[in-house]
Amino acid sequence: MSVPVQAGVAAEVLDPVAEVEAAAVRGGLRRVRLGVLGWVSLVVVALAAVLAVVGPLVRPFDPNLSDLSFAYVGPYGSHLLGFDGQGRDLFSRLLVGARTTFLGAAFVAIVAVAVGSGLAVTAAWFGGRFDRVVSAGLDVVFAFPGILLAVVAAAVFGAGLLSAGLALAVAYSPYVARVLRSAALKERAMAYVAALEVQGFGAWRLCLRHLLPNISGLVVAQGTILFGFAMVDLAAISFLGLGVQSPQADWGVMVSEGKTGLLQGYPMESLTAVLCIVVVVSAVSFLGDRLESAGKQAHR
Amino acid sequence: MPDADGPVLSVSGLRKVFGTQVAVDDMSFDLAPGRSLAIVGESGSGKTTVARMVVGLERPTAGTIVACGRDRSRPARNAGERTRRGREVQIVFQDPYSSLDPRQSGAAAVDEVLRVHHDHDAATRRRIVGELADLVGLDSRQMSALPRALSGGQRQRVAIARALATEPKVLILDESVAALDVSIQAQVLNVLADIRDERGISYVLISHDLAVVRQLTEDVLVMQRGVVVERGRTTDVLDEPQHPYTQRLRASVPGPGWKPTRTLRRPA
Amino acid sequence: MSALLEVRDLTVRLRVGGSDREVITGTTLEIAEGEAMGLVGESGSGKSMTAKAIARLLPAGAGVEGSVHFAGTDVLALSGADLRRHRAKVAVVFQDPRAHINPVRRIEDFMTESLRTLEDVPRAQARTRAADALEEVGIDDPARRLRQFPHELSGGMLQRVMIATALLSRPLLLLADECTTALDVTTQAEVMAILDDLRRDRGLSMLFITHDLELAGAVCDRTSVMYAGQVVETSAADRLHADPLHPYSAALVQARPDVTSTAERLVAIPGRPVSAFEAPSGCRFAPRCPHALDSCRSTEQVLTGLDAGRVRCERAATLRGRLLDPTESPTESEETADA
Ligand SMILES: Nc1ncnc2c1ncn2[C@@H]1O[C@H](COP(=O)(O)OP(=O)(O)OP(=O)(O)O)[C@@H](O)[C@H]1O
Ligand SMILES: Nc1ncnc2c1ncn2[C@@H]1O[C@H](COP(=O)(O)OP(=O)(O)O)[C@@H](O)[C@H]1O
Ligand code: SF4
Ligand SMILES: [Mg+2]
Ligand SMILES: [Mg+2]
Repeated sequence: MSVPVQAGVAAEVLDPVAEVEAAAVRGGLRRVRLGVLGWVSLVVVALAAVLAVVGPLVRPFDPNLSDLSFAYVGPYGSHLLGFDGQGRDLFSRLLVGARTTFLGAAFVAIVAVAVGSGLAVTAAWFGGRFDRVVSAGLDVVFAFPGILLAVVAAAVFGAGLLSAGLALAVAYSPYVARVLRSAALKERAMAYVAALEVQGFGAWRLCLRHLLPNISGLVVAQGTILFGFAMVDLAAISFLGLGVQSPQADWGVMVSEGKTGLLQGYPMESLTAVLCIVVVVSAVSFLGDRLESAGKQAHR
Repeated sequence: MPDADGPVLSVSGLRKVFGTQVAVDDMSFDLAPGRSLAIVGESGSGKTTVARMVVGLERPTAGTIVACGRDRSRPARNAGERTRRGREVQIVFQDPYSSLDPRQSGAAAVDEVLRVHHDHDAATRRRIVGELADLVGLDSRQMSALPRALSGGQRQRVAIARALATEPKVLILDESVAALDVSIQAQVLNVLADIRDERGISYVLISHDLAVVRQLTEDVLVMQRGVVVERGRTTDVLDEPQHPYTQRLRASVPGPGWKPTRTLRRPA
Repeated sequence: MSALLEVRDLTVRLRVGGSDREVITGTTLEIAEGEAMGLVGESGSGKSMTAKAIARLLPAGAGVEGSVHFAGTDVLALSGADLRRHRAKVAVVFQDPRAHINPVRRIEDFMTESLRTLEDVPRAQARTRAADALEEVGIDDPARRLRQFPHELSGGMLQRVMIATALLSRPLLLLADECTTALDVTTQAEVMAILDDLRRDRGLSMLFITHDLELAGAVCDRTSVMYAGQVVETSAADRLHADPLHPYSAALVQARPDVTSTAERLVAIPGRPVSAFEAPSGCRFAPRCPHALDSCRSTEQVLTGLDAGRVRCERAATLRGRLLDPTESPTESEETADA
């Protein structure tokens, strides 16, 4: 059908309603409505991010200095949260651990989003058989839980943040690719893409300068959501002893190391670390959801 | 350019099959420099498919397309050939809302096209952008606004300016004024007429609207189910349609004294 | 002539992001039994809002002033069962049939839903009535069509299904909102012919909304022209073309290219059409009007009778008969200057 647009759309654009709609349809993140919870989440995430950057610099004590005579001693003087089972300052370990935890999760999210959006955009661009092959491949990877892949990776490459992170990133990328592929397909079908193809623009320029920026809202949303997932999964992997290795401070490691204390009636270490994870992950997930629904709307 | 007096666009034996469906069959036409050709026909008759093959968005099943003396029936083999084709034939689509990158102002869009095609310095590009804006009747504020701040008619002018940036010899207009309000449509049609006078460009106008066809073109092709059923001077074909389908098409246009008649099916 | 529908000074405001926005201002029109009234205007002029107000389909939170009377009842006061009965008597057909039909349900379910739920018509009987209605709009083999899904039907056919469905509740008034805009000219002619037949056979009244002045002129008895939320002219449809009363109507007539002759240059209207809330005070058309005087800009224009028609322009009587005269056209400058 060739005349689906209402004759005379001219006036409607300059009308703010239509403009809002048009912007929602076309825009990325510019018009995300955060709401109170959203703002709270944003503040939480921002604070946590600041911690991750400056935490190790402002820590009051050496996080690895252990004094067994202080094992499981509660808050005491300038030791705001007291000590862990090895007599290390808990607050300092949380501060320092923030960076490892954030870096790990960010690494996973960035790699997964990069791989996923790359696959999504190429699949959408070339379409046809290439698209079918990519989609089928993604479905296979999709079937593997991230943790399982991380366990396998640890077995093959040895335990550690790098192999765990890479395994998670591989496991996550199909999620990203699926969401972004359908957005990229819609963008690919827009008349402006065809017009620029007719201008002789190459695939690189079109994908990187036009297609990808126009789905950037969803890309950021996916990254945010995965960041939350990654934080939880990395903690779980560390808990299993396959991720970040003790004595390095990391919230996941702290949950794991705190379990002995937990059993003996000294829950402070596990509890504070779990609380940090839960608060940050909830805030991040909430933000991610908001961004995603805004991005999805943009790609109705 | 090879032959200055020869057709600027020449299509022969063009055919396109989608699966089992023949969208275009044995289509041929020549377009002389500075002339305008209309393609009319019912929905699904293959008009857009012809346009997409001419600009290289669709690959013909059979037939040849020659623009500016060079064959373009096959995909371009390299970047140079691709951009050269971009300087020969351009297209403006129907929907002003999806025709522009939402993140790019009109000026940026035209500028990017110029950068892809030429080695002009920034000042030259700015001058050309300004000239094009004048040509399509947009001021500099409108050219530097994002598409979402522009009306449909203004967006369509940006799309026309972008298409004209590399001075193509042929501009295909696929229902490019159909979505515009009556008063805006008249403005854009006048702009198109001015551009032709000024630049000697050729138009291929695809349209359902026979009045617009009459206003802008000298020759017309009538398509039905992928086949050209009638061709000739626009005035002749519209005043004295020969083929039954053209006659029905012409009779469907409302005007003074027009009474709609049931022609296709009647209740039993 | 008794009016079936009487709209008086209808003003509609919609809530948009916390503020009220006027979308139609003081619309007045009436439709007699069996009459077809055209409503013509560019986008955003308030045509659809007028139809929605008449059918009581305005979005929640809309503020309405003025009155709408249909067959003697005050439409704006209706609620509950009375409102449902009203909507059954006033059928609406929209521009894009696909947007108004559930793609995963069969045509039969779509067509008979309101018959079966609102009127308790048994399934078999509802199906027969649906099949008859399809036949009436010229669809062959209705039994098979009823079993099909929307995507199996072409746009023109689907629009005829919408019309047939609208007819099932035996309406007295049909509100056709750009119902042929998305169709081919040949299909449009077909659909128009069907509407014309129905009007004659059933004595149906019609409000025919379109941006196509020629189409309205050809199928309607009278035409109202809207600009920026106001009716600026109501005239006999066939006269509007030859003898428009309002400068805007005349400008619309002249801006359209003509299929029977080629103009040297189209007489474009400078600027762009506006909606009610962005319109200037005084005459809303003044910024685009070639005949505007200072007094036009400072005075609210009112709809006044002139001959058999009505017009909202203080200079209408003076300008009468000269609006289409090319030698009278003061300027055709700035037509490319999009305000
Ligand atoms: N990519 C495609 N795959 C399959 N069929 C297609 C494709 N593109 C077009 N067609 C079919 O080819 C035929 C011609 O389509 P085309 O878009 O050229 O028609 P058109 O004359 O431009 O119609 P309209 O007036 O509605 O724009 C139609 O039957 C259409 O369904
Ligand atoms: N749901 C809505 N909310 C706010 N404004 C609206 C809504 N629908 C339409 N409008 C505005 O009301 C005005 C009249 O619209 P409409 O009656 O649809 O115009 P027309 O049908 O003549 O094109 C326009 O400015 C339009 O943008
Ligand atoms: S009142 Fe004045 S400005 Fe308005 S339409 Fe009439 S002549 Fe034009
Ligand atoms: Mg088409
Ligand atoms: Mg409307």
